[in-house]
Amino acid sequence: MKEEKDYIRDLAEIRSMMERTSKFLSLSGWAGIMAGVYALAGAYLAYTYFHFKPEDALAAADKGRGSLPGLVLVALATLVLAVGTAVFLSAGKARKRGEKLWNATSGRLLVHMSVPLMAGGLLILVLMSKGLLGLVAPVTLIFYGLALYNAGKFTYSEIRILGLLEICLGLVSAYFIGCSLLLWAVGFGLLHIVCGIYLHYRYER
Amino acid sequence: MDGLHKAFESRIRLGIMSALAVNETLDFNALKEFLELTDGNLASHLKSLEKETFIGMSKSFVGRKPNTSYFITPEGKKAFENHLKALEQLIKAQLP
Repeated sequence: MKEEKDYIRDLAEIRSMMERTSKFLSLSGWAGIMAGVYALAGAYLAYTYFHFKPEDALAAADKGRGSLPGLVLVALATLVLAVGTAVFLSAGKARKRGEKLWNATSGRLLVHMSVPLMAGGLLILVLMSKGLLGLVAPVTLIFYGLALYNAGKFTYSEIRILGLLEICLGLVSAYFIGCSLLLWAVGFGLLHIVCGIYLHYRYER
Repeated sequence: MDGLHKAFESRIRLGIMSALAVNETLDFNALKEFLELTDGNLASHLKSLEKETFIGMSKSFVGRKPNTSYFITPEGKKAFENHLKALEQLIKAQLP
């Protein structure tokens, strides 16, 4: 016959197994912080060197044409750095937790994020081809927010709130396109840093 | 004790049920990784749960490799939930 402490341990293990098999918890807080730093640097470069100062959906296209390849390059470099750092740091955290980076939970997380991200990425290509550069920053915020909102079911639930905030910022910046780069820097820079610090202090110490 | 099921006396089988309760399906390798078991050990526990009709399996091919995925059956879900309730009551009853 089992004793009481066995029952308590049974319950604790059930709970931990349910969490471990349904949520990806090797997401690193530092990845968020670093992504935020890259985003702030990218936004700064876009503003100072490439004079990305959209006033409305179309106006940016007229003035900004010449610097479009540069802007795209900065955006891609920011994306690659952020994703690369996130994978690297999360792999480290997974190793420490004795898990693999690539498992059933991380796979599910990626699949659920990739649908909104792909749709958003394709929409941005369409917007750029139509010269609607002013809408690019709001659209990245909205679709990234949707991806995070989805992802929240499969990792720390705080990611869900971050997603909602990104969506709100995206909608506001779609209305006030003059502020869209600033709001983009808030969404991808500041919020990532704040969320990263929160996750780090709450779960990694 | 009512509700506590014999099949769940083993912590490994309890672990398998917990994992399958929150996932639509999990394949053999994913279960193996989560539970940190050897192939043979996991297979024997899976078989005994299958015999109780608490879990089911379906075989498919991923490319050329055979892939077996497991899922919880309605009976399994019910038995597992009853077991959980019974555990909680046992603990509550013994608390001062």
